[in-house]
Amino acid sequence: MIAELGLAALWLAAALAGLQLIAGVQSVRQPDGPLASLARPAAVIQGVLAAFAFLMLLWLFAQTDLSVKLVAANSHSAKPMIFKLSGAWGNHEGSMLLWVTVMALAGGLIGYLERRLPEVTMQATLATQAFVGLGFYAFLLLSSNPFERLATPVAEGMGLNPLLQDIGLAFHPPTLYFGYVGLSVAFSFALGALLTRQVTPNFARAMRPWVLGAWIFLTLGITAGSYWAYYELGWGGWWFWDPVENASLMPWLAATALLHSVSVLAARDALRAWTIMLGVVAFSMSMMGTFLVRSGVLTSVHAFAVDPERGTFILVLLGIYIGGALTIFALRAGTVQEGERFTATSREGALVFNNVMLSAILAVVLVGTLYPLLTEAFGIRVSVGPPYFNPVAAIFTLPMLAVMAVGPLLRWRRDGAKRISKPAVFLTICVLLVAVLVTYLSNASLLAILGLAFAAALAVGSLLPLRGRNLLRTPLATWGMVTAHFGIAVALFGMASESAFSIEKLVAARPGDMTEVGPWKITLDGIEPVAGPNWTALQADLRASYKGGSAITLQPQSRTFWSPERETAESALAARWNGQLYAVMGSGIEDGRRQLRLWWKPFVPMIWFGGILVALGGFLSLIGRLTADLKRHYVRRRSAERREDAQV
Amino acid sequence: MRLLAILALILSPMLPLAAQDSMPAAPYANRQLDDPAMEREAQDLMFTLRCLKCQSQSIADSDAPMAGDMRHQVRIRLMAGETPEQIRSWLVERYGDYVSYAPRVSASTWPLFALPLALFLLGAIILRRRLGRKGAAGL
Amino acid sequence: MIRRWYLWLPLLAFVGFVVLVTSGLMRPMEREVVSRMVGKPIPGFALKPAISELPGLSSADLEDGRPKLMNIWASWCLPCIAEAPQLEALKAGGAEIVGVAIRDKPEDVARFLAQNGNPYSRIGADDLSAVQLEIGSSGVPETFVVDGDGIITYQHIGDVRAEHVPMLLEKLEDAAQ
Repeated sequence: MIAELGLAALWLAAALAGLQLIAGVQSVRQPDGPLASLARPAAVIQGVLAAFAFLMLLWLFAQTDLSVKLVAANSHSAKPMIFKLSGAWGNHEGSMLLWVTVMALAGGLIGYLERRLPEVTMQATLATQAFVGLGFYAFLLLSSNPFERLATPVAEGMGLNPLLQDIGLAFHPPTLYFGYVGLSVAFSFALGALLTRQVTPNFARAMRPWVLGAWIFLTLGITAGSYWAYYELGWGGWWFWDPVENASLMPWLAATALLHSVSVLAARDALRAWTIMLGVVAFSMSMMGTFLVRSGVLTSVHAFAVDPERGTFILVLLGIYIGGALTIFALRAGTVQEGERFTATSREGALVFNNVMLSAILAVVLVGTLYPLLTEAFGIRVSVGPPYFNPVAAIFTLPMLAVMAVGPLLRWRRDGAKRISKPAVFLTICVLLVAVLVTYLSNASLLAILGLAFAAALAVGSLLPLRGRNLLRTPLATWGMVTAHFGIAVALFGMASESAFSIEKLVAARPGDMTEVGPWKITLDGIEPVAGPNWTALQADLRASYKGGSAITLQPQSRTFWSPERETAESALAARWNGQLYAVMGSGIEDGRRQLRLWWKPFVPMIWFGGILVALGGFLSLIGRLTADLKRHYVRRRSAERREDAQV
Repeated sequence: MRLLAILALILSPMLPLAAQDSMPAAPYANRQLDDPAMEREAQDLMFTLRCLKCQSQSIADSDAPMAGDMRHQVRIRLMAGETPEQIRSWLVERYGDYVSYAPRVSASTWPLFALPLALFLLGAIILRRRLGRKGAAGL
Repeated sequence: MIRRWYLWLPLLAFVGFVVLVTSGLMRPMEREVVSRMVGKPIPGFALKPAISELPGLSSADLEDGRPKLMNIWASWCLPCIAEAPQLEALKAGGAEIVGVAIRDKPEDVARFLAQNGNPYSRIGADDLSAVQLEIGSSGVPETFVVDGDGIITYQHIGDVRAEHVPMLLEKLEDAAQ
């Protein structure tokens, strides 16, 4: 019954999306037509229905209703409740339903709240949103129905794998979906504005919270994913330019560019067509990421739920949405009025420069990722990896970082180079000083040296906008920018430091052996068997002391699961303020010694702290923008009321 | 999604345990060279060579026995006086460009290297159009 | 209004992308790494015997004027069991087969041969996959055709199935000319 209710709600929601599309299109053509007033209510009810369907799925998982195919395949009555619930979206069908639900809720929210734009633009936006939604409803209802019943219920579910019961696993995918949905809303706004020739600062202000929100979630998603791979894959790496990693990076790059161009449009009414273009690109990158991950068209360590058929479906949706949007763009962008003017040395100038650099990095990552596919079409296999991506991305990243350090000091529209000449000289000295120092003190690679030098300069530069300001009166949005830019510097410092100063030690040790890794003395106290619910493991007891200080214990394991049979290495980490000690136990050697892989990675956690700071900066900006919008809205209403009072 | 991805891989039957050999790893598969500078060269090289049995992993990251044997080759060849690039060429001669994560300029890879140049020019043109003239704006 | 042709470029790039990945989806998944050593002389090597009953294998053995099949295999490899009857068929068809046992212990090799038959005239023990790497082989089992002068003329990746037997015999005949 519950499953049928959910399915019915889903069909109804799809029907309402259809209504929303028709009503939206009609009212764009004929603003006082019979259906004109229906798009907004349709969006709201669609959101409610989709949410209801998703709640029904949660309910089914909470109850472990084993007559439902999805539950039987992914859940188990003995699971803790939190993992029963997370099981609802930890699979293909459920995750698509989550995606659709969040998208419908977002559509309902703009349908209910957004009143700043001309009504015709809103109708076009809602129609686009419904059009995008319909594709996903079709995908769900026609090929991935989450509510499908089994002919005969099974006695017990199949999903009691403790490996899948991971709190990170429960919340990482939704984080990315929220980001993707935010970009889909931005896409709808962009098309709505383009179709109704309303590419205005108000459009940018309406779109900005969605871009910001999406960007925060994408930042968190990438940060978490990178950390998870770092400790779970057990080789101490945090980024390998793997296709799936790149697929998550590309929407972020596009969203970062969009975020900045939307600010220019909102503040200065410039970069109109460019912002529209980025809105389309950002959404297409998120769809493409999903496609690359699920179609298995590229080889990846992280290849997931690979199914060419689903891949084909996503590709068809991608072709319709993005092909359509780019056609409209080509036809319409020429009619978008030229925006406001500005000079090279202005805030806009700096932002345009960074937008161009971000787009170039995006292009490099995109082409580098797809290139092996291109040569395979001609029967040649090549690999494109870090030795290509690192330097080529750096060519465009370093100038961007330089402009990023001083750009926020510039005024809008037109400014003299004088304002930034002093800080620029100071920061250049900063870069040179750090570069010389690092070159002299270590044998770091050129990229690592440059990374450290630019990180130092950016860390200082990012704080300069606060100089001479009353910190209490500084707008939240400015704090957000400063925090996010500082976060980039922190993350960059972590990355460069990891590359420059990491020390690796491989030893074959027997109990009692002592070894040194950088400042650490590490003793293998013993190796003992331990047992888990469906695995046994050998666990090493490592006693580690930093520069002769008190000892801490690390317990890396070599686990053997028996159903299905496989071995995994569980790494052990010890964090200090200035770095992380990382230990992995390898295979045994015949004479009773055990292979240990140990790293001392100075400042490596800064990579992820930096990522969190960046997201926090985005969050501060979002709060700042939203409260400012609310205040403006309130003031406008008050003055309208006062006018009415006066008339009476 | 990535998380799911990794887990799905761990769970997939792609690497059956039964198909592992019982031989110990090659002498220099997991043993560092005594000369730290040379070991650093070895590490840098191993991170850019592809494990042929894995899905997109370098031989430095992989537990596959064949990756261990390749690390052994890298280390003993460095000790024998070969340069990292000679070792890379030795492998590319046998497995083609696929084995190296560092693409070389060749008939099939030149677009990869032309791309940054083209982007640089394109970026310069856009920036010139937008910023070059005083108060100019287009697009 | 001036027609702005460059506004169509994004669409063009996108169409290119769709064509590319569509062709990628339609192509059968290619997961094999082909050896670049086909057509080249086999590099010099000398492997000790994998079991005491049979001689080891060196590159000189492959330059004795008679073309051979060089089978890269291991006792721990499951497809190698499936392949064993086809190797027998190849031997019955007149092929001389030499083996390279990858990362294998003598007792395991002996047990494998006792259970699955022994089509080999020589088996070299490649404990460090050194010969495998030298000839550009990336897995087990693989079968190389080597002509009488020690030139590799063909590489078969994966286990030999019944339908491959005549083809491999033909390749051997070609190598003899």
